[in-house]
Amino acid sequence: MNAPLSAAGVRYVAKNMRLDLRLIAEMVAPGSRVLDIGCGDGTLLDHLYRTRGCDARGIEIDMAEVTRAVTHGLPVMHGDADSDLAQYPDGAFDYVILSRTLQAVERPREVLRQMLRIGERAIVSFPNFAHWPLRWQLLWRGRMPMTSVWSRPWYETPNIHPCTIRDFFVLCGEEGYRVERWLAVDDAGQRSPWRRFVGLANLFGEQALFLLRKV
Amino acid sequence: MDSAPPPTDHQHIVFTDGLALECGVTLQRLVVAYRTYGRLNAERSNAVLVCHALTGDQYAAETNPVTGKPGWWDTVVGPGRPIDTDRLFVICANVLGGCMGSTGPRSPRDDDAGTPWGTDFPPVTIRDMVRAQKRLVDHLGIRRLFAVIGGSMGGMQALDWAAAYPEAVFAAVPIATAAHHSAQNIAFHEVGRQAIFADPDWQDGRYWETDKVPARGLAVARMAAHITYLSEQALTRKFGRRLRAGPTGGLSLFGDIFEVESYLQYQGSTFVRRFDANSYLTITRAMDFFDLAAEYGGDLSKAFAGTRTRFCLVSFSSDWLFPTTESRAVARALNRAAANVSFVEINSDKGHDAFLLDEPDFHRTLAGFLAGCAEHAGLPS
Repeated sequence: MNAPLSAAGVRYVAKNMRLDLRLIAEMVAPGSRVLDIGCGDGTLLDHLYRTRGCDARGIEIDMAEVTRAVTHGLPVMHGDADSDLAQYPDGAFDYVILSRTLQAVERPREVLRQMLRIGERAIVSFPNFAHWPLRWQLLWRGRMPMTSVWSRPWYETPNIHPCTIRDFFVLCGEEGYRVERWLAVDDAGQRSPWRRFVGLANLFGEQALFLLRKV
Repeated sequence: MDSAPPPTDHQHIVFTDGLALECGVTLQRLVVAYRTYGRLNAERSNAVLVCHALTGDQYAAETNPVTGKPGWWDTVVGPGRPIDTDRLFVICANVLGGCMGSTGPRSPRDDDAGTPWGTDFPPVTIRDMVRAQKRLVDHLGIRRLFAVIGGSMGGMQALDWAAAYPEAVFAAVPIATAAHHSAQNIAFHEVGRQAIFADPDWQDGRYWETDKVPARGLAVARMAAHITYLSEQALTRKFGRRLRAGPTGGLSLFGDIFEVESYLQYQGSTFVRRFDANSYLTITRAMDFFDLAAEYGGDLSKAFAGTRTRFCLVSFSSDWLFPTTESRAVARALNRAAANVSFVEINSDKGHDAFLLDEPDFHRTLAGFLAGCAEHAGLPS
């Protein structure tokens, strides 16, 4: 699945952004209304506003990040995915984004439902728990995996709902979501050559990114 | 004891066509006292209305002519400050019902110019205050305010402005406030009012006839209110249990007094020199009656239906008078209206008063929000 090539300027601005944010930005149509859940200091919001003319807003749970975002003039409110999404009216946004947060929410399935209620489309990125180094560590050492992405020990990780790419496909099927696009990237940010095969992506993909729509 | 403040000639505008109030009474003559800071640009697009709190006034960013003290928001409004008067034109008006030049209980009656209204002054609401400000803003030839900003009761006005005149408010910053006055807040106000009523010098509100002011009652009202503006941590940090020698000294019951007592007494005694008791009654009542959702069938989001105003809600972690939960309720109502809303709780131990004090995170938030809005509004930098 090829992401549309963006203008050179966009790539330059995006260079310092987290890989998954860069890939997400490429999925968002210019001029759309966007809600970014767990937006951190608002890097993606700023990028979407400046390069794509989006009306981009954010929710963030960490107050220091909220303050930093608002200080930079970005429309960010303190709140969390589990309790604040229910407030928004149906279809308030074109895209609702949840980047690397799904695994940390209380009720991932409900959060996804809310995202596709308040938004036309949902963009979800998450770290893939079936990535081979994790499988290897669990198989070989018999311990909970620790990598640069899964960097906190089991007793203090905020990532209470890890899932794999296959798990996510199954959930989308059960919930009746159409996967409009998906991609997996390895730790170097490369997408080929295994990108079209779910089994290989589930083994070699460190992160996954899905663009969903209700059927 | 203390006497009433000497009358000061405040800058003002008179609207001879009066103002119809929500209670049904029409004031025949409306006076709005105000101050401005900075310069209105040629497009008239850089105007900011700053709304003051219960005991504030229009002297936001200059020496107060009555008290001789710096303006109440000197740290926030001014050149290079968060509300930057090098770039913005700031208007601050004394509220309707106030005692610093705008029409209020101390103004002459409509039917008898020789007598002040006193407690016969009609009950005014936050909406009435906003309408009076709108008259001033219209008079200044400003069709759309770049921002309406206020803390506490000023925040109520900012919310009400956004609800009543959505097209005239590009950005709203309600700070340390709520969409209605809580039962606890009304209760504290009632304590203050009863203290005023209990003062024999109040004389059913006709104290001007004997050239007195209900200084003791008003001072007690101020002391009780002042406690609600601070946090327990702030009181402990500033005063703890420290004692100082009282006026009688020695080992009598009130010989030594706690520093916190002395501080409150000072707050009370300075307040009566600048504030009118009947104004205090009028304005506290306006706050008590404020319930924005009630105006819109009980659903606060309906007050903001279809709004294009950009909101920034700010609360302070130790504010128990207008706690963060109140701001969050407003934020959620704005979410239901799909409004553009920023919402920050500033970490502070200074209680409700934090919005008036030096809080760098708050000041950075306000400046950043306004800078972002200026970009969206196409305001020349």
